[in-house]
Amino acid sequence: MKSTQIQKILMALTGFFLCIFLVIHLLGNLQLLLPAEKAKTSFNWYSHFLSGNILIKIIEILLFVSVAAHIVYALILTLNAKKANGQKYVYDRRGTASKWYSRNMGMLGSLILLFLIIHLKDFWYQYKFTDLPIDEQGYKDLYSIVIEAYRQWWYVLIYLAGIVALGFHLLHGFFSAARTLGVYNPKYVKGFRIFGWLYTGIITAGFMIIPVYIHLTII
Amino acid sequence: MKIFLKIWRQETREAKGEMKNYVLDDVTEDMSFLSMLDLLNEKLIAAGERVVEFDHDCREGICGQCGVMINGQAHGPLPHVTTCQLHMRSFNNGDTIYVEPFRAKSFPVIRDLKIDRSSFDRMIQAGGYISASTGQAPEANSIPISHKTAEAAFDSAACIGCGACVATCKNSSAALFVSAKITHLVLLPQGKIEADERVRKMIAQMNEEGFGHCSNTEACEVECPQQISVLNIARMNWEFNKGGFL
Ligand code: HEM
Ligand code: FES
Repeated sequence: MKSTQIQKILMALTGFFLCIFLVIHLLGNLQLLLPAEKAKTSFNWYSHFLSGNILIKIIEILLFVSVAAHIVYALILTLNAKKANGQKYVYDRRGTASKWYSRNMGMLGSLILLFLIIHLKDFWYQYKFTDLPIDEQGYKDLYSIVIEAYRQWWYVLIYLAGIVALGFHLLHGFFSAARTLGVYNPKYVKGFRIFGWLYTGIITAGFMIIPVYIHLTII
Repeated sequence: MKIFLKIWRQETREAKGEMKNYVLDDVTEDMSFLSMLDLLNEKLIAAGERVVEFDHDCREGICGQCGVMINGQAHGPLPHVTTCQLHMRSFNNGDTIYVEPFRAKSFPVIRDLKIDRSSFDRMIQAGGYISASTGQAPEANSIPISHKTAEAAFDSAACIGCGACVATCKNSSAALFVSAKITHLVLLPQGKIEADERVRKMIAQMNEEGFGHCSNTEACEVECPQQISVLNIARMNWEFNKGGFL
């Protein structure tokens, strides 16, 4: 695993896997946009269903492994690149030749990680390891926890910031992973780039609408 | 025109270099960047000082010897030209110009602006060739190849090995250089035979030399004097994934 080429492939594969996960995660969360009573029953049932499912358990482990591997290889590659740089330029305007977010995947990734920690602590950890109130169906009432969280405007802001970071990470990441995996035919390259833009737009917009909508419609 | 220069001066490979200031009063617009440095060196010689050493050979943009960082950009402010093809008309009277060598751990400074690019040679030696004995030139039509393919191979072969891609890459990656050679050869019938072995060996050597990985920022293509496409990197990745690492 010492080859940077293989490390890059692992970053791309774990990154793509996380991209697919985001779609599923967003589709599930869209239930939060249903009318309040309906959203509560539906969302709590969904959460209960997920936590009891063995297939989901496996995917959950796969997700943690992917995030860990993605971060570990990001670190290894970044440190290696620092070493490859040697002496710094006194006057450096190399940034004019590329997009800022393509040069700052590590910084964007760190923001995502920060967000991920907050996100997991407030919802995933709460659900798994604490005694939540039970709803009318007898399931843990995660829905009310989510609503309470989004009642605070600053919490919504943290979410929006995290998702903006994720958006820029995906804007470069999706296309970059396709290249790492070897999409070279100009027609397909263009297709992947456009698909990447659409994907990023939909994922980012979707995840941003949910907390904003809940915050605005809450009484 | 009057030009203020800040130039990297370094005695030996091991020495610690620094930026030194120079002023030139009689620069004209139609001087090339290298002629401007010649002018400076004539003054230094007259004053009994050591000249500023820099690489150059053809001075017509085809050999890839020249190449310095000018105001923080590889080969200066113009897109897709070598340092020798940059002219002083791209600057204004009274400008301050920073001149530094291309930087990368695998491009050690030999002296001043001259760098050691033998790491590029070693990557080519690792697999950037076909090992058939060529003998005499065969009849040209004995190996059929389409015009489109021949052109594509030639586009990749147009790399002059100047190192601007490495110098401008935030990771000091040599992916564009290595991939141009891999793509050039894999497109041609003679090169296909050793394709898997070549991509594996050249990438291994790229790691060995201490170049960084490719983050796909595409800055290399922007700064490349020959406009070598980043799709060469995509092709290299494909060749590596297809047969290289298994
Ligand atoms: C949901 C979360 C994430 C997704 C969907 C994601 C996705 C991706 C994708 C698709 C790539 C492109 C891989 C390639 O260029 O081949 C990438 C690159 C990268 N990711 Fe992530 N990522 C996520 C989280 C993170 C985190 C938490 C970090 C770090 C703390 C991180 C750091 C990086 C870095 C540094 C790169 C660039 C590697 C390079 O230099 O080429 N990512 N990511
Ligand atoms: S001196 Fe030959 S390319 Fe500039």
